[in-house]
Parts: sequence; C-alpha cells; structure tokens
Amino acid sequence: MNSTAFAPWEDPEATPLIQFQNVTKRFGDFVAIDDLTIDIYEKEFFALLGPSGCGKTTMMRMLAGFETPTQGKINLAGKDIAPVPPNKRAVNMMFQSYALFPHLSVWENIAFGLKREQMPKNDINDRVEEMLRLTRLEKFARRKPHQISGGQRQRVALARSLAKAPKLLLLDEPLGALDKKLRQETQFELMDIQEKTGTTFVIVTHDQEEAMTVASRVAVMDHGKIIQVATPDRIYETPNSVYVADFIGEVNIIEGTATPNGEDSYAISWAEGQSPLKAASAKPFSEGQKCHVAIRPEKVTINAQKPDGVDNLVQGKILDIAYLGNISTYHVELPSGTVIKAQAANTRRIARRSFTWEDSVWLSWTATAGVLLAE
Amino acid sequence: MNRLSWFNVVSLTLGFAFLYIPMLILILYSFNESKLVTVWAGFSTKWYGELLQNEAFLNAAWVTLKVAVFSSTLATVLGTIAAYVMIRSGKFFGRTLFSGMIYAPLVMPEVITGLSLLLLFIGIGLDRGVLTIVLAHTTFSMCYVSVVVSSRLVTFDQSLEEAALDLGCSQAEAFRLVTLPIIAPAVISGWLLAFTLSLDDLVIASFTSGPSATTLPIKIFSAVRLGVSPEINALSTIMIAIVTVGVITASLVSKQQAVRQKKEEQAAERAA
Repeated sequence: MNSTAFAPWEDPEATPLIQFQNVTKRFGDFVAIDDLTIDIYEKEFFALLGPSGCGKTTMMRMLAGFETPTQGKINLAGKDIAPVPPNKRAVNMMFQSYALFPHLSVWENIAFGLKREQMPKNDINDRVEEMLRLTRLEKFARRKPHQISGGQRQRVALARSLAKAPKLLLLDEPLGALDKKLRQETQFELMDIQEKTGTTFVIVTHDQEEAMTVASRVAVMDHGKIIQVATPDRIYETPNSVYVADFIGEVNIIEGTATPNGEDSYAISWAEGQSPLKAASAKPFSEGQKCHVAIRPEKVTINAQKPDGVDNLVQGKILDIAYLGNISTYHVELPSGTVIKAQAANTRRIARRSFTWEDSVWLSWTATAGVLLAE
Repeated sequence: MNRLSWFNVVSLTLGFAFLYIPMLILILYSFNESKLVTVWAGFSTKWYGELLQNEAFLNAAWVTLKVAVFSSTLATVLGTIAAYVMIRSGKFFGRTLFSGMIYAPLVMPEVITGLSLLLLFIGIGLDRGVLTIVLAHTTFSMCYVSVVVSSRLVTFDQSLEEAALDLGCSQAEAFRLVTLPIIAPAVISGWLLAFTLSLDDLVIASFTSGPSATTLPIKIFSAVRLGVSPEINALSTIMIAIVTVGVITASLVSKQQAVRQKKEEQAAERAA
C-alpha cells in the first residue's frame, strides 16, 4: 500500500472521530457489548460485521442515542455523548426498514430534519434539491413512499439521513431489503456518495461480501466483542483467529501440532502416516503447540497428475463438485477422512475437464498460502 | 371460489333474517297511515312530518348530539394517550394491573358504572345535566377508544418515531408530526365508536341525566312505556338510515383507499 492511501488508523497523530472506551452494555443479565474499546476515524467507511445477536446493532443504537452504555464512555469528536439526546446529536441514522414517513412525500421526507432546524425556506429548498440530485430522485419528489420502488425508497432514506450533513452517518443493514443485483449496484453508489460528501459512515451488516466491498475497515464481532479490526484484504488474508477465518469467506482448517523448522517456518504434523505440512508464520509457535492451518480454497491447486516441487502435497478423491459457472469448488476427501476444498477457475469448457467425481487427484499449496492460527 | 351450496344459502338466509326482520318491520310500520302500530292502513309519511313538530324529541336529539360529540372527543384524547403510554412505556411496576384497569369498564355491568357515577356526582354536589352525562360517557367509552388505538400502535413501526427523534424532533414533536398522522385512521374510528356508543346509551345516561337534560334513548324508552307510537318508528328509521349511510360510506372509502394504494405500489414496482 502506498503512503498516500487513506489509512488514518495507522497514523499515531490522527485523532479519532468516535472513541468507544471500555463500553459495556447489559440488558438485564444479557451482555450485549462486553468491555469494548475502538477508534473510528473521520471519513472512514467502517463496517460492523457479525452474526445476529453479536451486538453490532446495539453499538449503532448507542451512537444514535437510543441506548446508553451501562459502563464506559463514547466520545464523538472528543466529547462524551452520553448526556446528549438523539435529537441533539450530529449523528443521523438510516434505518433497516428505512422508516420513511408514509404520510409525507419524498420531498417532505428529505426536508423533515431541515425543518426541525428552523432553516430558512430557500435554504431548505436548495438542500433538498441537492439531495434529490445526489440520489437521482428528482423525478420522484412529489411521490409518497408507497408510490416508489424498494430501491428508490432506499435512496430516499439515504437522502433524508444525509440532508442534515451529519458528522456521522449510521447505516443499519441498509441493503438488506434489496435483491442481489440491485444490492451490488447500490453498494457502489453508497461508496460514491460517501466519497462525495466526505461523511463518516458506520455500517452494520451480516453480509460479509457487502462489508468487504464498501468498507475501509471491517470489525468482525462476536458475543459483544470485537474479534478483529482490519482492512478487508487483511481480514481475508491474515485473519487473527479461526472464528474470523471461518466467518469471512470459505476456508479449510487443518488442526495439528507445530514444530519450529527454521526462521518463521514450521512443520505441522496433522494426521498419522501423512508427511507434515509446511507453513510460514511471523507469529511464534512453540514446539508441540496446538495450531490450525487456515487455507483459502482458491489457494489450493488441484491436479490430475502429481506435480513436482511443491511445498505441500496431498492426495485424495473428489467427493463433490460445486459448479458456479466461472469457478468450481471441489470437495476432496483425503485418506484420513478430512475434506479439503479446492477452487479452480473454469478456464476450459467443462467437457474438457480432466477429472470428475470419484477421481483421484493431487492437491498442493505453498508454505505461505495458509495462515497459522493458535485458536 | 366455491358456488353457494344449499346449506350455505339456508344458513345465510336464516342468519340475516334473524338480524334484520325486526328492523324491517319497524321501518315498514313507520310508513303506516294508521295510528295503531299493528294494523296496516296504507302508505304515508305523515309521522315523519309530525316528528319534526315534536319539540321534546327534537330537544332530546340535540342534547344527545351534544353529549355524543363532546364525550367522544374527550374520550378519544384520553383513550389515545392511555393507549400510547401503555404500549410505549415498556415495563414498569404494575403495568399489567394498569392496562387491565383500562379495559375493565368493557366488561363492567353498565348498571354498576351508572350507579357509581351517580353516587360520585351526588357526593361532589354536581347537578345532573349535560355535563354529567358527558363525563359519564367519556368514562366508559374511553376504554373502547384505547382498545382500538392500542391495537394499531402494536403494529406501529417504532423506528418511525426513532427516525423522527434522530432527525431532530422532541418526543412531543415526534408524536404530533409522525405518530399521530399515521395512526389517525385508528383514532378516527375510535372516535366514531365512542360517538355511536354515546348515541345509543340508555342505562348510564338514565343514571346520570337530570330533569334539565334528557337524551333521545331515554325519551324513546319512556315514550314506549306509554305505548309504541308510529312517531317512534319514524324516529328509529331515521336513526337506522343515518347509521347505515355512515357505515357504508366509511367502508367504501377505506376500501377505495386500500385498492388505490395497492395499485400505486404495483405501478411503482413495475416502473423500477
């Protein structure tokens, strides 16, 4: 990554826009957020990713002001926001259900927040027109929410929450109600609008592809804790735990014990009668320590003939093939019973593929392809 | 759709006959020439004319209307507030007790409600008249309004209110600008319900009315005790007509609205 790239989290001088300081939130006995500390910087597109019930929505609702932390402090631009009610915060939210006011037109919906600020009428007109242009809704200004399509409603909700030019925009599963194609288009629109307005976006989603596409950084959450915060590529390439590796994309996890074998290199014994796997890791492992090798299926090469000069080589039988058109995922069963997934691009016509179900194949990968994880 | 079987036809006929034959007879005899209620002597509208001359009836009708408008308005305000608090306040100590107490008057015998109100008004020295009937009717129709409004509030998407707060509204503004306009149909039907309940209430009104104010149901009831007159039939027919027109209009309007909304939604999805 070059030095001009947007990465304020790597700059020790940068002051974060939002700071969660040891925040805990309990609902009765249930701990929704567990002693959580994190910084989010200005102009970031920050994704909170996790399964339902992991606390991501609670975090967002605390930022909006609908929930208050049980313990700890949340700062926005250096000020504690606990005593500030939702209607006085420079934070706006786009709701999962969009929450458009059904009795008001698109225009009035967008103007709603501006009118509450006692903004002069001409300024309101200008601002609403600007928002309509930004979200390409000029033609629908006079319509009621039920007279427009789902995708248009989503854009109205976005325009309404951006109209007051908040310091921070919260998006709660903003694309959940759209079909896949529209969702992908909208993801790029969102990124475009975020860049144009320079607003800090925090998005809550359970869709890992969505988080990976739009976000500058992704926080993977589980049980009220943040497991890992990093850029999408680092989350994917160097997950810090089996949980993260497994949550983001597909992965093969092979359990074994490590034996140091030269600098940053380990031999992993993983099944009886199999030669140990070679894996590189900058993180130290001690002799005999339990570990997991996580390898993405696309980094495993599948061959009908035995290849030469590879770091790791195993033989197995094709159990299943998931054909996705552009790529195929092969489920290969090893003699030990372990199933390894290997992905290959379908560069040739399917009729010319040299292996199929029940065929014996060779799987290989380099020592640096996998990540060595302690837990 | 299945065609009507003979069984369905018979049940339908019996059911409707059971419900409407008494009213049909009443309507028929309101156009009777004869003063004797049970003897048909030809078609006439003279009893309607005489009704308009009867000042006692007209006064009672005026009182009834005043009472119905005031009490249903008051009941709607109180009932809506009660429903809102019950649905929105979340859990607090004694919540079940409170909500139970709001609905209790629904099942309370009217005689008891009427008697207790009478005792109260005598106790605090309030002269019985229009004011006491309004208060009494507000008390018992409020719970009906609150039932209607709270059933709407249960399905109300709370994120709408949160969105209003998020965009800078105070709690009161959020209620006035967002919640109230959206639940307005339920509030209006609550008002209509309270209005009709007040119009035809006899028991509670007879406990709480005084010599200065008599409502139409009381008037009719006392007139009938002296013998059924065709005038009463005419009056009742007018009331039936008003109610019928009201109900049919209301259902037509709401059906039309639903159809239009559905059409517009489909059009929007097609255009997208």
